[in-house]
Amino acid sequence: MKKLMLGNEAVARGAYEAGVTVVSSYPGTPSTEITEHIVKYDNIFVEWAPNEKVACETALGASIAGARSMTCMKHVGLNVMADPVFTASYTGVNGGFVLCVADDQGMHSSQNEQDSRHYAKAAKIPMLEPSDSAECRDFTKAAYELSEKFDTPVFMRLSTRVSHSQSLVEEREKEDCKLKDYVKNPEKYVMTPGNAIKRHVVVEDRIKAITDFAEKTDLNSVEENGSKIGVIASGIAYMYAKEALGNRADYLKLGMIYPLPEKKITEFAGKYDKVYIIEELDPFIEEHCKALGVNVIGKDAFTLQGEYNPAMIKKAVLGEDAAEYDEAGEAVPVRPPVMCAGCPHRGVFYVLKKLGMTVSGDIGCYTLGSAPPLESVDTTICMGASVSAAHGMAKARGAEFNKKLVSVIGDSTFMHSGITGLVDIVYNKGNNTVIILDNSITGMTGHQDNPTTGYTIRKEPTKQVNLITLCKAIGVESVVVADPFDVKNFEKVVKEETEREAPSVIIAQRPCALLPPMRKKYSGHCEITDKCRKCKLCMKLGCPAISVSGDSVKIDVTQCNGCGLCTNVCPFGAIEQGD
Amino acid sequence: MNIMIVGVGGQGTLLASRILGRVAIKEGYDVKVSEVHGMSQRGGSVVTYVKYGDEVYSPIIGKGEADIVLAFEILEAYRALPYLRKGGKMIANTQKINPMPVITGAMEYPADIEKKLAEKINLQAVDALSLAEQAGTIKAVNVVLIGLLAKSTSIDKSVWLEAIKETVPEKFIELNLKAFELGYNL
Ligand SMILES: Cc1ncc(C[n+]2csc(CCOP(=O)(O)OP(=O)(O)O)c2C)c(N)n1
Repeated sequence: MKKLMLGNEAVARGAYEAGVTVVSSYPGTPSTEITEHIVKYDNIFVEWAPNEKVACETALGASIAGARSMTCMKHVGLNVMADPVFTASYTGVNGGFVLCVADDQGMHSSQNEQDSRHYAKAAKIPMLEPSDSAECRDFTKAAYELSEKFDTPVFMRLSTRVSHSQSLVEEREKEDCKLKDYVKNPEKYVMTPGNAIKRHVVVEDRIKAITDFAEKTDLNSVEENGSKIGVIASGIAYMYAKEALGNRADYLKLGMIYPLPEKKITEFAGKYDKVYIIEELDPFIEEHCKALGVNVIGKDAFTLQGEYNPAMIKKAVLGEDAAEYDEAGEAVPVRPPVMCAGCPHRGVFYVLKKLGMTVSGDIGCYTLGSAPPLESVDTTICMGASVSAAHGMAKARGAEFNKKLVSVIGDSTFMHSGITGLVDIVYNKGNNTVIILDNSITGMTGHQDNPTTGYTIRKEPTKQVNLITLCKAIGVESVVVADPFDVKNFEKVVKEETEREAPSVIIAQRPCALLPPMRKKYSGHCEITDKCRKCKLCMKLGCPAISVSGDSVKIDVTQCNGCGLCTNVCPFGAIEQGD
Repeated sequence: MNIMIVGVGGQGTLLASRILGRVAIKEGYDVKVSEVHGMSQRGGSVVTYVKYGDEVYSPIIGKGEADIVLAFEILEAYRALPYLRKGGKMIANTQKINPMPVITGAMEYPADIEKKLAEKINLQAVDALSLAEQAGTIKAVNVVLIGLLAKSTSIDKSVWLEAIKETVPEKFIELNLKAFELGYNL
């Protein structure tokens, strides 16, 4: 029977069926569930690496050693691993090597909307793009064949709507795939200039050969409906086009988006009055067509931003309006994401706001400390930037500014790329204060273990990185552990450490409220007693459970988990932990 | 059939869409379920789409295209109004959860949403939170609402029961079946 699977789950199934034995990834929405589903199969080594570069190198090493391997990341993760990726293109592979990159059109959970197809072209690595879960499974297997046939890494490009939509997939048997022999081959794997010069020739010949393959493969397919309109599309945009236009257009569906075929496109386009390129984000296919001298309509009719949908395609191509609908006719308040009730980060930002700190922020649940009413975060750029950007800020503005400046970085993010920034601070005589928000988990992406949690992805106990000794080893002499829910003490610690004329680290330690032990620990809910003087200081916490009704403050019992942070903030002892 | 499920991150909308997806497969349809993971799961507005029929291409539902909107919270129901097709049906939990702009006082929670919706569309508003409490836990709101939804479709009740049994963890089956019945028999 067919099974309903997320696109990510289907990629995992494809990897399993293709006989993959080593997978190394770093989490990132919308790619995370690929790796989380592969773990469910036995006899595959699967790990969360500290960052994408390490993950990519691990998977490449496994490939060189003869295994079929995989690494999965979100689009910005590909930036982090770009270094090994570009050279992996030169070395090629031994066992098949597939890199799954998930773009986030519409930025549901990302800091930018980059189009990773450019990486395929820049690194000269072929890229496949499935449109639904069945193709996720099929294309993953095709990617391994391609990888070994042409001796190249292969990209699988996903997107939020492909990764996070469930559709039907038929499971097949696992292929019998053996570890390939390992043969020492420095000309291929030692990329000194002398060897790399020769490998570059191989890369260019390879991409020509794969372009020929692109002309013939059924990954790129034509669907004729006798229309005068031609559509060239791939990925989720193909599905939108299909729904919008049905049999009123002919289609060239591109399953392989790099390298793109030339003859196939020219021949297809030649048959129609009008040819539309329907692709989200950048005009990647469009520019290829235009370079071939093919007359197509692309970004003149469609936006460069965000997600597409069938209604906009119908309007642009057929001039037909979308369905009618009702509207509220008044402003409906937005509901942005918030830190959960019981979130340990809330105590940190309450204190930082109170002290008027400049906060060099980072990426994780704590990015939500930028939203009202906590509003303490000044910058959010990319993982790790909180530490190094604060170093730059302090060097630019001097000691006084630095006394009111802190970096905030999560435990997973610190392991990912915060450590090197801290080394920079110590080495180059900075005096910054870095607050590591140690909530014992990788929160934002849905609770993945990391090197500081003491468990592997399979929940086996393992060595745990000790943040205190790590920071001390780097050369930070003052490392203080403090509970962010003890707001008085936390405030004192922040004041002391920012005053210090030396680099310092504060480890704000309290586990995420959604972790099972904390769910057990917190119970019942808090209550406001008649000692309340309506000062509304508790409202500054931005807790989703506390709100003002009329002139009194109220706790919503369906939202409160009884964490008790508000009881520590109330100056009149008017909030009690009930049950 | 286009069904849009809306709510607040953490309310269990994903489970509801998974049960619904399973029901649709059992009925032999092509199905697509579009979920949201990541950032918005942290107390933000969440939307999932379930589409089934002979062949489904796009996993998303546009404005004016939902046959049924199943709303876990009344402000989210209001927000989803434009997605309901003319003549469609909305099933909404009357529970109110204040969004942060309301908590900070930057905006007001609109008054009388239920009444305003009922004037425009076919609305079934239900206090699903109380029913879930009756079933044993407020966390069962999602399955109470699935019960209500089941009653609005022509799919046989036994199919829904099977899908619930296959989707929820073993030890919560009984509780969830009770929650389903409370919604279904309303
Ligand atoms: C290069 C890169 N990889 C992955 C992500 C996705 N991502 C966003 S935040 C985050 C981890 C956050 O974990 P942590 O630092 O422990 O903070 P928490 O969310 O637990 O507060 C990840 C993996 C990203 N934004 N950028």
